[in-house]
Amino acid sequence: MEFVNLTIDNKSVKVEKGTSILKAARSVGIDIPTLCYMSLGDMNIENKPGGCRICVVEVEGRRNLAPACCTDAHTDMVIKTNTMRVLNARRTVLELILSDHPADCLICAKSGNCELQTMAHKLGVREIHYKGEMSTYKEDFSPSIIRDMDKCIMCRRCEMMCNEVQTVGALWGVNRGFQAVVSPAFEMDLEKSTCTYCGQCVAVCPTGALTEVDHTNQVIRALADPSKTVVVQTAPAVRAALGEEFGLKPGTLVTGKLAAALRRLGFNFVFDTDFAADLTIMEEGTELLDRLGRHLNGDKEVKLPILTSCCPGWVNFFEKQFPEMKEIPSTARSPQQMFGAIAKTYFAEKIKVNRKDMVVVSVMPCLAKKYECQREEFATDGNPDVDFSISTRELAALIKGANIDFNLLPDEDFDNPLGESTGAAVIFGTTGGVIEAAVRTAYEIQTKKKLEKVDFEELRGLEGVREATIDFNGLPIRIGIAHGLGNARKLLEDIKAGKSHFHAIEIMACPGGCIGGGGQPLHHGDSSILKARQMAIYQEDRNKPIRKSHENPFIVKLYEEFLKHPMSEKAHHLLHTHYFNKKNEFIIE
Amino acid sequence: MTKYKMHLLVCGGTGCRASASDAIVGKLQKELDEKNLQDEVQVVMTGCFGFCEKGPIVKVLPDNTFYVQVKPDDAKVIVEEHVIKGRKVEKLLYKDPADQKEISDSKHMGFYKKQLRIALRNCGVINPENIEEAIARDAYAALAKVLTEMTPQQAIQEMIDSGLRGRGGGGFPTGMKWKIASQNHADQKYVVCNADEGDPGAFMDRSILEGDPHSVIEAMAINGYCIGATKGLVYIRAEYPLAIERLKIAINQAREYGLLGDDILGTGFSFDIQLRYGAGAFVCGEETALIHSMEGERGEPTFKPPFPAESGYLGKPTNVNNVETYANIPVIYLKGANWFNKIGTAKSKGTKVFALAGKINNVGLIEVPMGTTLREVIYEIGGGIKDGKKFKAVQTGGPSGGCLTEKHLDTPIDYDNLIASGSMMGSGGMIVMDEDDCMVSVARFYLDFTVEESCGKCAPCRIGNKRLHEQLDIICKGKGTLADMDKLRNLSHVIKDTSLCGLGQTSPNPVLSTLDNFYDEYLEHVHDKKCRAGVCKDLMQYIIDTEPCVGCTACARVCPVGAISGERKGPHTIDQTICIKCGACMDKCKFNAISIH
Amino acid sequence: MVKVKSLADLQNLKANLQTKVDLREKGDSAERLVQVRVAMATCGIASGAKKVMEFFIDELEKRNIDAVVTQTGCMGYCYAEPTIEVKLPNQDPVVFGYVDSKKADEIIEKYIKNGELVPGIIPVNYETIDNNNQ
Repeated sequence: MEFVNLTIDNKSVKVEKGTSILKAARSVGIDIPTLCYMSLGDMNIENKPGGCRICVVEVEGRRNLAPACCTDAHTDMVIKTNTMRVLNARRTVLELILSDHPADCLICAKSGNCELQTMAHKLGVREIHYKGEMSTYKEDFSPSIIRDMDKCIMCRRCEMMCNEVQTVGALWGVNRGFQAVVSPAFEMDLEKSTCTYCGQCVAVCPTGALTEVDHTNQVIRALADPSKTVVVQTAPAVRAALGEEFGLKPGTLVTGKLAAALRRLGFNFVFDTDFAADLTIMEEGTELLDRLGRHLNGDKEVKLPILTSCCPGWVNFFEKQFPEMKEIPSTARSPQQMFGAIAKTYFAEKIKVNRKDMVVVSVMPCLAKKYECQREEFATDGNPDVDFSISTRELAALIKGANIDFNLLPDEDFDNPLGESTGAAVIFGTTGGVIEAAVRTAYEIQTKKKLEKVDFEELRGLEGVREATIDFNGLPIRIGIAHGLGNARKLLEDIKAGKSHFHAIEIMACPGGCIGGGGQPLHHGDSSILKARQMAIYQEDRNKPIRKSHENPFIVKLYEEFLKHPMSEKAHHLLHTHYFNKKNEFIIE
Repeated sequence: MTKYKMHLLVCGGTGCRASASDAIVGKLQKELDEKNLQDEVQVVMTGCFGFCEKGPIVKVLPDNTFYVQVKPDDAKVIVEEHVIKGRKVEKLLYKDPADQKEISDSKHMGFYKKQLRIALRNCGVINPENIEEAIARDAYAALAKVLTEMTPQQAIQEMIDSGLRGRGGGGFPTGMKWKIASQNHADQKYVVCNADEGDPGAFMDRSILEGDPHSVIEAMAINGYCIGATKGLVYIRAEYPLAIERLKIAINQAREYGLLGDDILGTGFSFDIQLRYGAGAFVCGEETALIHSMEGERGEPTFKPPFPAESGYLGKPTNVNNVETYANIPVIYLKGANWFNKIGTAKSKGTKVFALAGKINNVGLIEVPMGTTLREVIYEIGGGIKDGKKFKAVQTGGPSGGCLTEKHLDTPIDYDNLIASGSMMGSGGMIVMDEDDCMVSVARFYLDFTVEESCGKCAPCRIGNKRLHEQLDIICKGKGTLADMDKLRNLSHVIKDTSLCGLGQTSPNPVLSTLDNFYDEYLEHVHDKKCRAGVCKDLMQYIIDTEPCVGCTACARVCPVGAISGERKGPHTIDQTICIKCGACMDKCKFNAISIH
Repeated sequence: MVKVKSLADLQNLKANLQTKVDLREKGDSAERLVQVRVAMATCGIASGAKKVMEFFIDELEKRNIDAVVTQTGCMGYCYAEPTIEVKLPNQDPVVFGYVDSKKADEIIEKYIKNGELVPGIIPVNYETIDNNNQ
């Protein structure tokens, strides 16, 4: 291992060869400001186009200023990060960026959380000396994501996430010069593009250029309407991250406070999506075993591997880019949708409320869920099973706006019958969790033996593509796991080429799984936050008395009273779905 | 077939004409008529010899005698002594300024060495679509020599010794570039010719490709041999269809003749070339943007290091060289590095092709040894300023360069001198300006271009250049303030200091150099709201002089915006707040009552 | 078309071609061709050089003059396009500028046929390196 010795601001620094000046400076506590740079170190993702020119530093002997994020440190370099020349340049460049940015801070969704706003404050900008024309673009409203490109600063993070991590390819740098912007090809709307609404672009955007569609107004109106019964469900990943919005350490479990807050907001029934996750395992596990059984009996037609289907971003991905494979994923709906279906039938009957008078709201770490609940097939007579989906961030805004002091709330429980869940359900929130939950149930049903160890560590971790073989009492079941759509693509290509040897594959569109979803509190590139959230999820699992989905008593009761058995006709009607070919083809005249 | 046994050529260029070359022609003809020689000796007026400071010029054919500073009265002695008696008129002979010796044959004049065609050696001489004409003039002889007599290391050393520097504008030593690429190991390397010539008004590379494509092909093959590349790519702008066609023909013919392809000349070295087309982006002339464009990505520059010689096309070691750089290379190997490095200055060897344009008489393509002064180029080769106007500035380096003034005219042209004077060599555009050019408008014109062509990746160039442009526009429209001028300087320096690539790093140069050299003009625009060259329309006013005005109302009727008012038969006035300065009134007025102030 | 497979091949080809050129330019026996070169770079073509070249090809044949008319690249006199170079046997070449069909006609009748120069001569003001001379 080679090292280099250099001087930064008169401090001696020794770092490995190939380290950037930025990292070298940080190693001795010198924090050079950056704007476009972003690093998700553990996932080997780095965005450094070298375009914002904020991190420029003076290097002795070099004619012009050097960008610290993409210049390697060399031995004997003498670097100054805060001379007046550098400060003048930094401020001037920032003023230029600000001169082409709308002054919308008062009503901008990112106010208080905007990296550009923070930078302007940090560098003490009081006046913009270089005012002039501003580049403007048509605002783009899709079901999940709003693109307000007037606020784009060309940091290219979204482009990097969409192309290199997710390999979706919806966003690219287009146009030249002043009108250059990141957008779908031909500046078409996101809705028409191959966008999956995974929201990873929103998760990394430093300004208010990419934000989620806000549904808090609709939720408030529903809550204020006395004729409506408003039911809320909340996803597993939310409870591991919501605390961050209130200053709590990343990875603090706030399940109890979450339920309490929702109750105080006025929801008539505070339920848990985890309940529906257990339901999903029942349906999907049965489907897996059914296909497996037919396969082992020599059926050549049966489609294996079975792919999980609870992630709507992932569903959009294969509907738009691999529609020829739409018979392969499980037909089971996602927990959010299963919940809505059950709430507006089983539960509505129980409390004698007409489904039209029931409003089902979901709190999700995800932006694609906003699109998912609007899908036509998830409605009855025009009445959707899930009316609105709001993100973790929107919930935090609602709680703050309602003057609720989150940190002082007592721990409360979810309501029943749709609030009880097992440990298997809660691990849905992280990569590897869905398939581990499925294995816990499938194992016992298939082998008719009791699982001694419920934890399957071989399915856990943060590597992009993982595989493990689980021994089902002599029958080896091969499991594949991918998170991040780029990794999903790899597995899909293998299946297409007939090279896949898995029986079941779990796919999550977001790196890290739902804990890293597009609707979660922004991590600004800090992957230790994702790790902490993952730890919290597994901790909640360990704390649960019941850790296998099929042992959830309320699930058992649901089947007894209503559904009969998994994959029954009623279950099929309410809890299963089919997929569509959504490949977009454009003819350019 | 030849009727005349002698011709007397009299220079009819603007310079000599002013000194009565008409009269010389007349007197010579008269003398010949008197001596009855009009059927044996012909007097003809020609175009400019380019030797204007020694004019009027008379050249005698076929013995190539060159007479300078000839007066009409000399006609008699020329005819009597030279034509009839065959004795040259010594007092009129050109004397070599070095040793004061008379030069009797103009072929030996040092003057002709002022332009020395090395890169353009075959342009205008051979048919570019016929490889045999090129071979007859030594095409591929250098490649043969290198392949059979030199190792790659020796060939690279020869290139280093020659001192050749990149002709695309960067001026990086070509030999060093080749050495670095040869030292990086990879399973495949590439040689790329940058034919994206984007500077407005520059056409040096186009002329070389249209006139002598084989020189480039040969040089690329030599480059390939030196660094270990078997594949060459030419990135050529799509706006050069004729160059593309001739290049394709040349490549095909070279392949047919076995000079490109597998096992060239039986030496085991294989090399072939493919074309790639640009799509109208100036920024793709920057080497990393060019490489990305060829890879099918967005044509945006990326930061260096890593340099292409280390990691370029498809991540492999790549040499990117300019067309003109390549055109020089075969000659260097045939005549030797030591021959080449005797031409030029200490740090800039060889010659440079310039596209001379603007307010100059002899617009065209010239090739001069480094070290030639601007004065020589403009006044001798270029024939001086058009229409007898006064020289104001000469712009070199295109949108990356600056404007040099009267006080810089004796600067010997080379890479370092031009930079020291506030400009740069660039790819070779040279635009001459006279008193009718407004320097603020000139700066704005260049910013028009760079704003349009910026790739948009980095903030200082994308937004900063736009702001510079807006500011210049405001000044040209008469709305600038003194505070604005300060901002111009700071903004220019920051853009230069922080931009990612050469486009942004040099785009403020026209602004800075005009601010330095023509500050008064800026002040006039800002303070006095005046444009001395009469270019900035918003600073001009159309005024009706009441004396000659007879009130015919013709101007009022033709005014498209109704800015002119007045009674019939009475004096008319133009409302300056409405006037759009179209000039229709001035064109219409039969009484010359309307003028521009 | 000749396939050049070795250094010797190339050198022989060059020698043959140069002999041909020499004969054409300097020999006073059979091949006493007039050579006309027309500058056909983009600026030349844009100013009408193609028409000029066609004129020379047609008219020289019609008027029974032994001549070779070829296209060439930019000669550098962009201010005077279309430009042509006429080389009579045993004479130095002469460059004419501002050539249109009328001037081309004049050049054929006066200079090519009679050796009488016409106005519009562009004096060469550069030296071109010859690859074999130092």
